[in-house]
Amino acid sequence: MSAEIILDDTDRRILRQAQAAPDLAMADLAERAGVTSATCWRRMERMRSAGIIGAREAVIDWRALGYEVEVSLRVTLDKGEARAFDDFIVAAREVPEVLEIQTFLGRVDVRLRVIARDMAHYQQIYRERIMALPHIADLEALMHIARIKSDETLPL
Amino acid sequence: MALLRALARDATQSASALGRSLGLSQPATWRRMRRLHDSGVISGQRLRLDAARLGFGVTVFLGLKLATKGRVSLEDFERAVSAIPEVQNVEHVLGVYDYRLRVVARDIPDFERVLRRRIMTLPGVGGVEANVLLSEERLAGPLG
Repeated sequence: MSAEIILDDTDRRILRQAQAAPDLAMADLAERAGVTSATCWRRMERMRSAGIIGAREAVIDWRALGYEVEVSLRVTLDKGEARAFDDFIVAAREVPEVLEIQTFLGRVDVRLRVIARDMAHYQQIYRERIMALPHIADLEALMHIARIKSDETLPL
Repeated sequence: MALLRALARDATQSASALGRSLGLSQPATWRRMRRLHDSGVISGQRLRLDAARLGFGVTVFLGLKLATKGRVSLEDFERAVSAIPEVQNVEHVLGVYDYRLRVVARDIPDFERVLRRRIMTLPGVGGVEANVLLSEERLAGPLG
């Protein structure tokens, strides 16, 4: 566990700018946040070592790699089975086309984000890999048509 | 593919460091990185923040149905929903719902405020299903 640190307005301003443009050089980030480079660097380091700032990742556009189909699979599990969640998640991790696994409190137990090259490929993944996952009670698919907004920044 | 996998984990690594770990020269690694950006395979960068420690303790996935299809312009709805700061993702989908939303909030009362005041008041909104996120993992995907 990392220590609790208290963020002030300057920290938030830096985070807002860093989120909006993660690949900015320190000097540009400092300028946008209205602080000196030294202050900006110190604040970023402090938040990084406290674990508030994590990795900076490259975002992959799967479409550019030939994956045209994206599906949100909403799974209800057989709750009579004590290990249903664990077994299902362990098995789902082994399917290469599964990009995200989320668990929920609600009507849906687990969501899988699945990609495929085309519909024939999706059908193959669905039949051979998804249907073979353990403890599925119900399965519902939402076929992705368009991404209207994709901005996983926090409204700081 | 190994290069893409490494960059998806940490985009701040230098071409020389990446080249060393992949057994490639620095210029060759740099050229490949350039190509991944230029071809659009890498569409940008994302900074991971600890949402809970920044005061955003609740993430909710919403399935949303439009009530009056044809009468409400999808563009109007999409513009309005995209303008809500707490709404991180909006996807137009085909299935039991018309849209999928990812919403962050400080806590459950804050989420209720966003849902009632911002989302339920959007033009054309019909049924809404909320599922509160408990855990999330992202995988590398089909990269060899």
